[in-house]
Amino acid sequence: MKHSTIEKSIPLMSILTLVMVLIGGIVEIVPLFFIKSTIEKVEGMRPYTPLELRGQDIYVREGCYNCHSQMIRPFRDEQERYGHYSLAAESMYDHPFQWGSKRTGPDLARVGGKYSNLWHQAHMKNPRDVVPESVMPAYPWLAENDLDYGNIKKRMEVLQLVGVPYSQEQIDNAVEDLKAQAIPDSDSDGLLARYDEKVPLEDFDGEPARITELDAMVAYLQILGTMVDFSSYQAQAR
Amino acid sequence: MGQKNDSIATYDYGVVKMFSVMAIAYAVVGFIVGIILALELTFPELNGGIPYISFGRLRPLHTSAVIFAFGGSVLFATTYYVVQRTCRARLFSDFLSQLTFWGWNLIVVAVVITYPLGLSQGQEYAEMIWPIDLLIVVVWVAYFINFVGTLAKRKDPHIFVANWFFLAFIITVALLHIVNNLAVPVSITASYPVWSGVQSAMIQWWYGHNAVGFFLTAAFLGLMYYFVPKQAERPIYSYRLSIVHFWSLVFLYIWAGPHHLHYTALPDWAGTLGATFSIMLLLPSWGGMINGIMTLSGAWHKLRTDPILRFFIISLSFYGMSTFEGPIMSIKEVNALSHYTDWTVGHVHSGALGWVAMVSFAALYHMIPRLWGTTIHSVKLINLHFWLSTVGVVIYIVAMWISGIMQGLMWRAYDEFGNLTYSFAESVAAMHPYYFIRAIGGIVFLLGALVMVYNVYMTIANAKDRPVVAA
Repeated sequence: MKHSTIEKSIPLMSILTLVMVLIGGIVEIVPLFFIKSTIEKVEGMRPYTPLELRGQDIYVREGCYNCHSQMIRPFRDEQERYGHYSLAAESMYDHPFQWGSKRTGPDLARVGGKYSNLWHQAHMKNPRDVVPESVMPAYPWLAENDLDYGNIKKRMEVLQLVGVPYSQEQIDNAVEDLKAQAIPDSDSDGLLARYDEKVPLEDFDGEPARITELDAMVAYLQILGTMVDFSSYQAQAR
Repeated sequence: MGQKNDSIATYDYGVVKMFSVMAIAYAVVGFIVGIILALELTFPELNGGIPYISFGRLRPLHTSAVIFAFGGSVLFATTYYVVQRTCRARLFSDFLSQLTFWGWNLIVVAVVITYPLGLSQGQEYAEMIWPIDLLIVVVWVAYFINFVGTLAKRKDPHIFVANWFFLAFIITVALLHIVNNLAVPVSITASYPVWSGVQSAMIQWWYGHNAVGFFLTAAFLGLMYYFVPKQAERPIYSYRLSIVHFWSLVFLYIWAGPHHLHYTALPDWAGTLGATFSIMLLLPSWGGMINGIMTLSGAWHKLRTDPILRFFIISLSFYGMSTFEGPIMSIKEVNALSHYTDWTVGHVHSGALGWVAMVSFAALYHMIPRLWGTTIHSVKLINLHFWLSTVGVVIYIVAMWISGIMQGLMWRAYDEFGNLTYSFAESVAAMHPYYFIRAIGGIVFLLGALVMVYNVYMTIANAKDRPVVAA
C-alpha cells in the first residue's frame, strides 16, 4: 500500500495508528494477568484492616508517594538499608500500587516495626525533631483530625468488587474492627480472628480516647512490609 | 500560503486566541507552583503547617498545571490554528470549539480546587478524581469530533503531516486515559482503581510514559512540523523522513513504559522489553529533531536575526538531548543508579522546559501577532525571554544532574569495613544546596515567562493601532 493512500484517508490513518499503539500495550500488559509466576505464592499476605486501609487512604491523600517509594530493589545496599527486596505479592491488595518513583525520603516498603509509635507521633508532628536533616513537611493536622470512617463498609465493598478478598464478615464488622484496633484494651478477639493474630493493637497516636487520622496513618505504616513470612519464602526464577 | 485578511473572518480564531491567552496564564501559574515546591524542599517549614500547600498535595498541582493546563491549552490553540490553516476550512463546529474551551478550563479549575483539598486518586499525572476523569472524556470526545470534522473539510486530498501527529495524539491519549483511570467509585470524591499492585504499576507507567510520548512529544512534534517551516519560510527538510519518523515513533513509544520499573517486582521480561524499545526510540526521536533542525538548511543566517526561530531550534536541541538521555537512563545498569533520584527530575525538566515549553513559546510568538492582525510589541524582549529560558533550564538540569548522581552514589557507597557509608538523612542534607540552585533556575525561567506576559499584553493591547502583519 502506498503511503499516499493512507494519508488521504482519515479512517485508515486513525485505525492504523490505533493498531500500532495497541500492539505494544497488549504485549506488555495482558500477560501480567495470566502468567502465574508474576505474583509469587507467599504466606502471610492479608487485606488491610479497616484502620490500616484508612491509613493508606490518608497516605494517598497527602501524596506521600511523591517522595517515598515502597519498592526495594534487589541490590546489596538497598537490602542492607531497607530489608528484603519487595515482592509483587506484597502490593497485590494495593489499589493503586504505592511503589512510587522518587526517593526524596527513604523507601517505606518495610518501615513497619522499624520505629516506635512514639517516634512516628513525634515525626509527624515535626520531622526535624527526630531527623534534623529531614525536608519532610510537618503533618500536625493528622493528630488533630478525628478519623472519618463513615463509609468504611462501602470502601471495603468496592475493594471486594475489584478483587481484594474481604469476607462478608469482615465487611459487616468493619466499624467494630476499626475501633478495636485503634482503642487500646478494647475487645479485639473478633478483629484478630478475622484478620491475623499478629495485627498490632496499640495506642498508635498517643491519645487513647480518640480515633484520629494519626491512628490510621501509623497503623498503616507499622504494617508495611511485615506481612510476608520470609522464613518460609523460597525465591523462584521469574 | 500568504495570509489574506479575509481568512481571519472565515477561520475561527476566537477559540485559538482564548486558548493562547490561557496557555500563557497557566504557564505562569504552573511555574510559580513549581518554584514554591522547589523552595519547600529547600526550606521545609515554608508551608507553615498549612495542609493545602504541603509538598505532597502541591506537587500534583504543579505537574497537572504545566502538562494539562499549560501544555493542553497550547495544544488546543495550535491544533485548532493548524488544522484550520492546513485544511483551509473553519473548525467543524463552533459549539464544540466553545465546549472544549470551557470544558477544559472547568477541568483545570476543578483540579486547582480538589488537589489542595487532598482529593486525589494517587496515580502520578492522573491524580484527578473520577468525576473530573469523566469530564475529560467528554471534552476529549468533543475535541476528537471537532478535529476530525475539520480534517474532513480539507481542500487538499492529502492530510498535512502535522495533522497525522495531532490525530495520533488525540486517539492515543483517549486510550491511555480511559484504561489507566478505570475505577469503582466509593463516593462523589473517592474511588479505588480496578487495577492493583504489579498490574497497576505497569498500566500506570504505560500511561505515564505515553503521556510524555503522545501528549508532550507527538503532539508538539506536530506543532513543530507546521510552525518551523512557516517561521523559517522553508519547506520541511524531508517528507520521506517524516513518514518513517511518524510511524516508527507511534509504534515504538508505547512500549517504553516499563523502563520506569526496572528491578522492581515487575517481571524482568517486561522491563527488558521496555528498555529495548526505549533504546530503539532514539532513532525516530532524532529523526524528528533532524527533520526540524535541517529545515533551516540554507537559512541558517535567520538565526542571527529571528529570536522565534532561535527558540524553535534550541527547543529541538533540548528535544534531541533529552531523547538521547532517556534511552541511556532506560539501560538497566544506568537506571540502577538514576532511578528514585533527582536525575530523573532533571531529565523530565530538560524535556518539559527545554523542549515543550520553549517550542510552545515559539509557536505562541508566531501565532499571536497573526491572530490579532498585528506585529509583536518587541522583538528584543523575545530575545531576552529566549536567554532567560535557556539559562534557567541549564541551571536547573545541571543542579539536578549533580544532586541526582550524588544521591545515587551516596546510597550505594560502602566504607572500608563493608558498611554503608552514609545514612539516608546524610544524603538528604547533601542535596540542600542543589535544591536551592534548582529553585533559582526555576525563578530565572519564570522571569522569562513574565517578560512574555508583558510582551504579549502590549502586543494585544496595541493591536488596533498597528499595521497588519505582511507574512
